[in-house]
Amino acid sequence: MKFLYAAYAATWIIHIMYLTTVVRRYARLKREIEDLGGK
Amino acid sequence: MKKAFPILGLLTAGLLTYALYQALVVAPTEQTMGDVQRIFYYHVPSAWTAFLLFSINFLASVWYLLRRNPVADMVAVTTAEVGVAFCTVVLVTGPLWARPVWGIWWTWDLRLTSTLVLWLIYVSYLVLRRFSSSGQTPVLAAALAVFGALDVPLVYFSIWFFRTQHPQPVIGGGGSIDPRMLHVLLINWLAFLCFAFLVCWSRYRLEALWREVEEVQALEALAETGSDRR
Repeated sequence: MKFLYAAYAATWIIHIMYLTTVVRRYARLKREIEDLGGK
Repeated sequence: MKKAFPILGLLTAGLLTYALYQALVVAPTEQTMGDVQRIFYYHVPSAWTAFLLFSINFLASVWYLLRRNPVADMVAVTTAEVGVAFCTVVLVTGPLWARPVWGIWWTWDLRLTSTLVLWLIYVSYLVLRRFSSSGQTPVLAAALAVFGALDVPLVYFSIWFFRTQHPQPVIGGGGSIDPRMLHVLLINWLAFLCFAFLVCWSRYRLEALWREVEEVQALEALAETGSDRR
């Protein structure tokens, strides 16, 4: 059973890690837009 | 469209939870492998989703090469990135299934090796896009994607035409599957497809926004250069 749970956990860890990179890029973009608006 | 995203997100989360319940509780236990066979319900839908995304990437790349349409380029980069995430899941869950069943984590047979090569091709595609600053980057990336997509049918049909360590196909190709298992497999695939669609939607919006910001920054830089010269 440990391999089964490891596989399911690994799947969601990979997807969450990828989603985290997307969210971070959104945050960076938001800062860039704020900088542009401030000029 | 902004309102549709959270609704679709909630529906997808519900569907993923239901699919997980089906995979862990409802699906019958396979007689030879036991419970570890349930990795199948994540491994196979992830592989099919990755193949689908790489196929869309191929079509978008061809479209871009023919028409130089920026929408096609954005679709290509989006599907390549999300496809790599799904292909990574395949490459991680595969060895976790192989170890208790085959007694080994990995073997260099055609299915496994061609899947690894597919992953490496699309990772190099993303690296090219990330680090190349040439104006020709989208064209080079599209050309790479067209050649990379040739590996998709090789991966898919490798177990149809060659004798490999990897099991033979259970759907088509002369294989068979318990109808209850097939039902759970298709529910999980549907759930992963909905999830992939939402991730692609977010990534596409991010790409579109980046390009708008870059355009404004370029225009501002031009305006500043112009005012410096005067």
